Amino acid sequence: MIAGAAHRAAMMAVTLFGVALVVFVLLRVAPGDPIAMMIGPGASPADIVALRAHYGLDGSLPMQFAVWLGAMLHGDFGTSISLRRDVVALIGERLPATLELAFCALGVALVLGIALAVIGTLGKRRAGEAVVDGATGLLLAIPDFVWALLLVLLFGVAVPLFPMSGRVDPSLGAQFHTPFYLLEALVTGQGAAVRDAAAHLVMPVLALALPLAAIIARVLKGALDEAMVQDYVLLARVKGFSELRIVTREALRNAIGPTLALTGVQFTFLLGGTVIVERIFSFPGLGNMAIEGVINRDLPLIQGIVLTFGFLFILTNLVVDLTVVGLNPKLRHG
Amino acid sequence: MVGLSPQHALSRRQTMALGAGGFIASLLAGRIPVQAADNGTLTIAYHVNLPSFDPTMGPSGVNPSIQAIYRSVFDQYIGQKPDLSWEPGLLTAWGWNEDKTKIWMDVRPGVTWHDGSPLTPEDIVWSLTRAGDPKGANSIQFIWSKIANFKIDGQKITADVVSFEPTIFMWMGFMTGYVMPKAYFEKVGADGFEKKPIGTGPYMVDEYQGNAFLRLKANPHYWGPKPAFETVVFKFVTDATSRVAEIESGSSDLTLEIPYEEYDRLRAKPGFAGVATPVSDIGLIFITNVAPMLDKNVRMAAHLAIDKEALVKRLLKGYGVPISTLEAPIYTAYDPAIKIAYDPKKAAELLKASGFSPEKPVKFTIQTTRGYKPKDYEMIQAIVGMWRKVGIQAEIEVYEIAKHYELRLSGKLGPAAFYNWGNATGDPTNSTGFAMFPMSPHSAWKGPEVLGMIGPLWGEKDETKRIAGWKAVDRAVADDALIIPLLQYVQPVIFKKALKVTANESAAMQPTLVAKA
Repeated sequence: MIAGAAHRAAMMAVTLFGVALVVFVLLRVAPGDPIAMMIGPGASPADIVALRAHYGLDGSLPMQFAVWLGAMLHGDFGTSISLRRDVVALIGERLPATLELAFCALGVALVLGIALAVIGTLGKRRAGEAVVDGATGLLLAIPDFVWALLLVLLFGVAVPLFPMSGRVDPSLGAQFHTPFYLLEALVTGQGAAVRDAAAHLVMPVLALALPLAAIIARVLKGALDEAMVQDYVLLARVKGFSELRIVTREALRNAIGPTLALTGVQFTFLLGGTVIVERIFSFPGLGNMAIEGVINRDLPLIQGIVLTFGFLFILTNLVVDLTVVGLNPKLRHG
Repeated sequence: MVGLSPQHALSRRQTMALGAGGFIASLLAGRIPVQAADNGTLTIAYHVNLPSFDPTMGPSGVNPSIQAIYRSVFDQYIGQKPDLSWEPGLLTAWGWNEDKTKIWMDVRPGVTWHDGSPLTPEDIVWSLTRAGDPKGANSIQFIWSKIANFKIDGQKITADVVSFEPTIFMWMGFMTGYVMPKAYFEKVGADGFEKKPIGTGPYMVDEYQGNAFLRLKANPHYWGPKPAFETVVFKFVTDATSRVAEIESGSSDLTLEIPYEEYDRLRAKPGFAGVATPVSDIGLIFITNVAPMLDKNVRMAAHLAIDKEALVKRLLKGYGVPISTLEAPIYTAYDPAIKIAYDPKKAAELLKASGFSPEKPVKFTIQTTRGYKPKDYEMIQAIVGMWRKVGIQAEIEVYEIAKHYELRLSGKLGPAAFYNWGNATGDPTNSTGFAMFPMSPHSAWKGPEVLGMIGPLWGEKDETKRIAGWKAVDRAVADDALIIPLLQYVQPVIFKKALKVTANESAAMQPTLVAKA
C-alpha cells in the first residue's frame, strides 16, 4: 500500500517535471518576446538589456530553467510580468472560481447525462430512444465555446434571463471571505448572494456541461443496454418490479462504474474547456487569466497556470483510478 | 409536512422537485429583463482587462486601452481635452526658462488624495523621480530621466533639464504621466497599493475583481467638475460578441470597440445612440530596407496601387480616414499638401521601369495580424489583390502581434508588415519620429534617408522650426515611400439614448466624458 502510494507520488513528480520542462522550453521557442511588447518608443539597446535583466530573461535557457525550477521547489513561481504580482497568489485567487465552475458543470453533466441515459433506456425501441439519441448527438456535435455563444444569444440577448459576465453582479456588494463564492454563500446562508452567484454560473456551466452530458448519456446508455439483458434484470421483471425501478435501482448501479471512470477522464477536458468559456463569459477564473497571460507573453504566469492545470489533470486521474478501484472489489488486490 | 392532511402531504421527491423549481424561479426573479443599474450608475462593457493599478510601471503603463480607467482614478500632471489639446491637471501652469535649461511647474493647491490626505509638491517630485529611475520598470523612463535636481518652493517646483526634450510636458498628460501618492505608497508598498489603490481622480476604487469588473465611486472632494454618476462599473468583457450582447440586453449602458457592422445595426435600434470618431490610431504598412524594397520604384508602386478610399468604404463601412503620412489630420504636424493619390497606372509604369509587370511580378512577403485590428487581414488581402493588378505578387504571412513586436525589435520584419500606431499626444515625435528614426527600436526602415533630418529635431528648442522640420521629414518619407500609411481608425462607441457621450480623440473612453442626456 505504502509502496504503491510512493510509486504514484514519484510518477506524479516525474510527470510534473516533464510538464514544467516542456512548457518552459515551448514558451521560449514560441514566437513573442515579452520585452519587445513593453519597451518605450525611445528605448536604447542598453534600456532593453536592462529590462531583460530586470525580468530575469537575460541568462541562458538552462540557467533560466534551473533558477525557475529552484524557486518553484520553494513555492516561488515568480512574479507576473503583466500583473506585477506573485504568481502563486494570483493562481490562488483565480483557481477557486475555475474549480467552482468546473465542479458545477460536472454535477450538471452527470445529472443530465444520467437522466438522458435512463430515459433512453426506458424508451428503448420507441420514440423516447430516438429523441435521446438525437439530443445527445446534437449536444455532442456542438463544442462548448459554440454552446457558450448560442447561450449568450439565447438567454443573454433574445430572452435575457441570466447575466452574461462575471461571477457576481457588481452592485451586489456582498463581502466574500473566501474565493469560493457560491459555496460560501450557501454555507453562510446568504440567499441573495447564492441566487446571484448561481445565476452567473448558469450559462457558463451549461456551455461546459452539455457536451459532457452527451458523452455520459451515450456511454451509460450502452452500459444500461448490456445490463438490461442480464439475469438479475430478468429476475426483477419476474418479481414484478416496474421498468423505472429496474433501470434506476438494479441496472444503473451495475452500469455506472465505467461511466464514472470515463467521466473522470472527461473532466480533464472540461477543465481545458474552461479557458475559452471563461473568456466568453468574462468569468474571472484561471482560464481567463491564462489567455491574458498568453496575449501579454507573461512567461511566469503562463508557466504557473500550465503547471497548475497539469497538477489538476494528474490529480483527477489519480482520483479516478482510486474511485474505480473502490467501486470494483476485483481490482483492489489485483 | 406539518399542517397538511395525509392526502396533501408531499413526498420526498416532490419536495425536492419543488425546492429545485423554487430555486430556479428565484434565479429568474428580478432578471426579466436584465437591466443595467439605476440612473446613478454607469456600466461600461469594457474591451480590455485592467492588469495593474499602478499607471506608471510595467506593460500596463504603456497600454493605451487602459488609460480611460487610470484617468478615472488618478490625475495626470497635465490634463488632455478630448480634442487632444492640453489643459491644467494637477499642475496649473508649467514651462521652461528662457534658455530651456530648467523647467518649472505650479502644483494645484487644495487637492486631496482619496484617503483624505493632501496632495503635496513632494508627491509630484517623488512621482517624477520614481518614473525616471533606471532601476524601476517605467517604460518611458528615458523621457522622465531628462529632468532632475528638483527644488520645491511653496507650490512651485523647478528642475534642471538634463537633456532637452521638447515633448516632456506632453508626456505629463500621456502614458505613465500620472501622479502617485508618495506617503501612502511608501506605507503600503507596491502590493498594498494594488490591493487598495488611491489617487486624486474623479472616481475612487470601491471594488475590483480581476478579469470581471471594477466598481468606482464618485470622489466627493474632487477638485474638478463633479462626476455625473455616483457609481461607475467597468465590466471587463474582452469578447466583442459578448460586449454586443451586454449592450443589447441592457446589462451595460455603453460599450466600445465592436465590429462596425454591429455598431450600425445597434445604432439603428430604438433606445441606442452612437458616436464614431476618428481617433489617434492609424493603420500602416511598415517597409523594411531589404530586397526588393531597396528599389524605390517598387516601394512607390506599392503605395500608389492601394485604393485607400475603397478599403475604408468597402471593408470598414466608411469608418476610417485615408492618410498619406504618419500624421493624422488631428496631429500637430499634419500637412494636407502631402498626398499620395491612388494611381495604379503610374504604379505599373514605375514597376515596368524596374523590369516588373503583372506577367513578371516582383515578389515579396507581407506580414499581418488577423483580428487584432478591425478587418486587418481582409484589408491586406484586398491590398494584395490591388498589387497583383500592377505587377506585385505578395504572399501573406499571418502572425500574432507579439511576434510582430519581437521581429521589429530584432530588425527581422518582412519586407512589408501591417501594423497600427497610436499617438495620443499628436506630436510628430511620437509618430513619424519613433516610427522612422533608424535608431528607434520601433522603426522598420533602417536606411539613412531621413536620419540626418530627424537627428537635430529631437533637441530642437524652437517649436515652429521643430514642427516645420517634422513636416519636411514627412515629405521626404512620402517622396521616398519609406512607409505606407493607410488610414486613421474610427472608434465606435454605442450607448443608451439616455446618455450623452463626448467622443475622445485619444480613444480613452473616460466616464467623465459621459453624462445623462
